[in-house]
Amino acid sequence: MSFPYFPHTDTDIKGMLERIGVKSLDELYGEVPDEVIYKGDYDLPDAMPEMEIRRYFENLDKQNRRLTVFCGCGAYDHYSPAVIPAIISRGEFLTAYTPYQAEISQGTLRYIFEFQTMIAGLTGMDCANASMYDGATSAAEAMLMAMAATKKKSRILVSGTMPANVIETVSTYAKYHGFGMDVIPEDGGVTDKKSMADELLAGDVAGILVPSVNRYGIIEDLSGLADAVHVSKGLLAVYSDPSVLAVIRTPGEWGADIACGDAQPLGIPLNFGGPYVGFLACRKELVRKLPGRIVGATTDIDGKRAFVLTLQAREQHIRREKANSNICSNQSLMALYVTIYLSLMGKEGMRRVNDLSYGGAHYLHKRLLETGKFSEAFEGKPFLKEFTLRTSLPAEKLHAALAAKGYLAAMPMGDDLVSFCVTEKRTREEIDKLVELIKTVEP
Amino acid sequence: MKYYDKLIFELSQNGRCGYSLPECGWDETATDISACLRRESDTRLPEVSEPDVVRHYTNLSNMNFGVDTGFYPLGSCTMKYNPKINEEVASMPGFACLHPLQPESTAQGALQLYHDLSKALSAITGMAEFSLNPFAGAHGELTGLMIMRQYHLQRGDVGRTRVIVPDSAHGTNPASAAVCGLEVVVVKSKPDGTIDTEELASLLDETIAGIMMTNPNTLGLFETEILKIAEMVHGCGGLLYYDGANFNPLLGKVRPGDMGFDILHLNLHKTFSTPHGGGGPGSGPVGVASRLAEYLPYPRVERDDDGCYHIVGSDKSAGRVSGFMGNFTVLMKAYAYILSLGKQNIKKAGALATLNANYIKESLKDCYKLPVDKLCKHEFVFDGLADKSTGVTTLDIAKRLLDYGFHAPTIYFPLLFHQSIMIEPTETESKETLDAFVSVMRKIAEEAKTEPEVLRDAPHNTPVRRLDETTAAKHPILTYFEL
Repeated sequence: MSFPYFPHTDTDIKGMLERIGVKSLDELYGEVPDEVIYKGDYDLPDAMPEMEIRRYFENLDKQNRRLTVFCGCGAYDHYSPAVIPAIISRGEFLTAYTPYQAEISQGTLRYIFEFQTMIAGLTGMDCANASMYDGATSAAEAMLMAMAATKKKSRILVSGTMPANVIETVSTYAKYHGFGMDVIPEDGGVTDKKSMADELLAGDVAGILVPSVNRYGIIEDLSGLADAVHVSKGLLAVYSDPSVLAVIRTPGEWGADIACGDAQPLGIPLNFGGPYVGFLACRKELVRKLPGRIVGATTDIDGKRAFVLTLQAREQHIRREKANSNICSNQSLMALYVTIYLSLMGKEGMRRVNDLSYGGAHYLHKRLLETGKFSEAFEGKPFLKEFTLRTSLPAEKLHAALAAKGYLAAMPMGDDLVSFCVTEKRTREEIDKLVELIKTVEP
Repeated sequence: MKYYDKLIFELSQNGRCGYSLPECGWDETATDISACLRRESDTRLPEVSEPDVVRHYTNLSNMNFGVDTGFYPLGSCTMKYNPKINEEVASMPGFACLHPLQPESTAQGALQLYHDLSKALSAITGMAEFSLNPFAGAHGELTGLMIMRQYHLQRGDVGRTRVIVPDSAHGTNPASAAVCGLEVVVVKSKPDGTIDTEELASLLDETIAGIMMTNPNTLGLFETEILKIAEMVHGCGGLLYYDGANFNPLLGKVRPGDMGFDILHLNLHKTFSTPHGGGGPGSGPVGVASRLAEYLPYPRVERDDDGCYHIVGSDKSAGRVSGFMGNFTVLMKAYAYILSLGKQNIKKAGALATLNANYIKESLKDCYKLPVDKLCKHEFVFDGLADKSTGVTTLDIAKRLLDYGFHAPTIYFPLLFHQSIMIEPTETESKETLDAFVSVMRKIAEEAKTEPEVLRDAPHNTPVRRLDETTAAKHPILTYFEL
């Protein structure tokens, strides 16, 4: 049997067994109770050579249909420059472990330091960690952090305008960790700040979680929330798409204590939902409550500038059951996507991406209203690249009809609401085609 | 490896650009956003050209060490070779461009992959059903414990709020238990590192939700009393959780389901060859026995009688633990690896990993202290040098290995010994590589006697040398603008 990932020749195996002092590979499992040794054939396909593996995936690929994406809802079809895969595929980055041995991991440590700087800059916060799994879990960790950083608090408040999958994930963590979670209703498509303020009066709230751009695509006015939650000694956490933070008011500018979200829109392909990369940033006073890996600057014994994993006394491998989070890894390679993306885009590029998305989205918005099949759902509310309209067509049918023609658009949002998203990748021609197609959909 | 001292921000010049985007031809732009919702502060992003970016990150990569660079015997991390075909299939445009909320009918290939990988993992582990949504090992642990709690809660058995964790366990075990709202009860190891069943018996009662076990344990030793332990824990109404961090030696040999485990997680980035990416993305699928299947997190994938795949939920599910359906392209890589192994090669995978570990152990146990002299599985632990008179520490040995072109083993873990050196070679390393490592380890043991100062100052040949970690933690500088 030859297999390219196993280098052992029969002679190697024989010699190695001799040194160990056993007669066969089976004898290496001599202490394992015979009842648990699996002697049957595994219910797996026959071993495939590389070309068959390729063929298998090519065939599988044909079962997917590539759609023109006019949908956001937490995963955004932004352009990912060619430089990214070229760098990401370098084995020195791809096949390294967590940078425990700093002396031979300065590459990973430096780009994480750059990532932390860029996330802090975009969110307007003082510092950020080395990344989280995804947006939903970053929000859950933000709430664990609020519980750990405040005293005598028993619950959190989450705005009902947060994306549903994020609310559900936070709710799972809250249920098992053992703190309360209440969802604050929406008012005209945005967080009901009055209702939030009333709940805060109870004094038992560790933190509130609100979106900077909400599930309908509306840019929320978060003024007053920081003061309201700080009076009751809780923390404000703001959930954001960091791409749009290049142009809209940042969590830091709203007075947030914690910023969280998913950085997928910064150069990471859609990948059917993952891997993406969550981020978690905070004010410097809270850094010792921040979960996950953190990279700091230092020097080596020769005085050279160097970088290292730091503040490890917070983490599970030191504190075990006393740690505030169980997180061990980060999404390092995905953080590298983001770091390269932001290096290429820079200040101006990020403005351009948002201008293009804004312009396209507002053009589509106007054209859809002109068809007479849509009306404003939230009159006059500001949006950037994603928006929600009321439709006179059956929402599910509209969505399915567009998918059948190759468009992912008009995502049903409950009742007769549908959501659209336009990024810089969508051309005027594509938008016009979508609109013409929608005109042909029968009620 | 060559030292390179720039940060991307230091290459920045006003007006330089690295992006290539269409001109904005729209009537409206983001500057139309009303002032009270507009960003006021500078993003402080760098302005660099595309060649600058490429050269910068290439230079950074030259200060990094990966499995592609050399031998990486990092214990409990299973740094096996990451096959290149896996990377290629995972970046096929049909998957990379797939939106997670596409209608099921337009994502049948992706859903089939999710389904097929689940079935393959069931075959390999003996567990009935899987969720592939958890993002990493620790996330899998947390998800598995949520399932454990949900099982007890759904049966009205609300008093089971404690979980048993061996003192030798990975730090994530007790931390995951705490995040899941469980109280941790520590069970001590016997001198040989295995669980003391007498002490275990004294801990079992109606407050115990279950036990978390790593088998082989963190000393690389198989828990030979596993069937008895399973009977004891089940007898008191608890469940057995299998931490798959150490599953590699059992690949193709032993199925956790046959040992009595009810819930497990696997680390696809360890046992199933997906690259670690400098810390992630990993993937931590959770498998369960059939009576627990309804508690798996949602969304899930089901195949109907017509061969179509559907995304489904369950009323009794422990809940949602991820935005979408896990680190999907990592799942693709793991499945490509399983297809390459097939039913034939898998039979040898664990055995060759075990062969490699025992070979190193036997080749070095005269000069390094081996606390438990038994057959190990995929890894084993030395407690520093055999000769304790030199004052040379495990840290010195680890740093000296870097000079000789090897990654260091895991050090100071498990906590059972003061000078732990945990070595895991994996099955993808050749005898020549192991021999070269053995000879360097012997040379270091010799240097410890003849020139210990060389070890205390090591490494000497790396891009940077030992770091001032104390100052880094005392006065944290976490962003470029604080430098």
